[in-house]
Amino acid sequence: MSEPRWIWQCDHVILSQPGAGRKIRQEVLRQLHQRQWAKHDVFSIHLALEEALVNAIRHGNALDAAKEVHVQCRMSDDLMQIEVADQGNGFDPAGLPDPTDHAHRETPSGRGVLLMRRFMDRVEFNEKGNVVLLEKRRTHPPEDPCSSDPS
Amino acid sequence: MTEYRRLAIDEVGDVTVVRFRDQKIIDDLNIQELGRELARLVEVENRKKLLLNFSAVEFLSSAALGKLITLDKKVKAAEGMLKLCNIQPQTYEVFIITKLNRLFDIKESEAEALAAF
Repeated sequence: MSEPRWIWQCDHVILSQPGAGRKIRQEVLRQLHQRQWAKHDVFSIHLALEEALVNAIRHGNALDAAKEVHVQCRMSDDLMQIEVADQGNGFDPAGLPDPTDHAHRETPSGRGVLLMRRFMDRVEFNEKGNVVLLEKRRTHPPEDPCSSDPS
Repeated sequence: MTEYRRLAIDEVGDVTVVRFRDQKIIDDLNIQELGRELARLVEVENRKKLLLNFSAVEFLSSAALGKLITLDKKVKAAEGMLKLCNIQPQTYEVFIITKLNRLFDIKESEAEALAAF
């Protein structure tokens, strides 16, 4: 398969502190709105990006001020790709307990990866578990283009 | 009167109706503050019947869900009642995927929820 023709890309390194991903989130949402992606696609990408950023900052790098998070985003006419890499020890996503299982349903954390998988078309971790690739194919036609405030 | 930055509080009879000031409950720092304010309702103000009205909420992350689960535990420990209402379709999808629609008592409207206390 040939490489998609990217029409927009960004590359950021952010600190491991709460809220550090806000500007990236706004930039991605602005691009999606400008290109009139469907409302549900925007919701899905927004949610998955947020979950990946929180995982990297809070769990991967454990809010360590000496560690950074590297975020790369690429958009074609039909595809959004986001890669989030932290400098933590990684984890085994296959070893996560199922948060929908009755025994874990009242556990306050552990739903981020589930939501990423359900809202995105492709979610892949590297072997170490400290880099995640998120991919969303655009819904065509945009039956309900998003028009609300991208902030 | 306690100041709430993330919540708007009303009382309808003996039920405390809680509305969220944020349309998008995503910012990590705001979510921590939200958790503290929800806990205060139960642990400091001893409110027993809580109704969370999500009509203003367009988006919430798993960290926000975690705060709701923690609140649910606190309410149960205090032998109170917690209900949720007016959850928008996209947000409700998050509850269905995580199966939290089975943990929480969710009603379509505020009137329906108030009648169920």
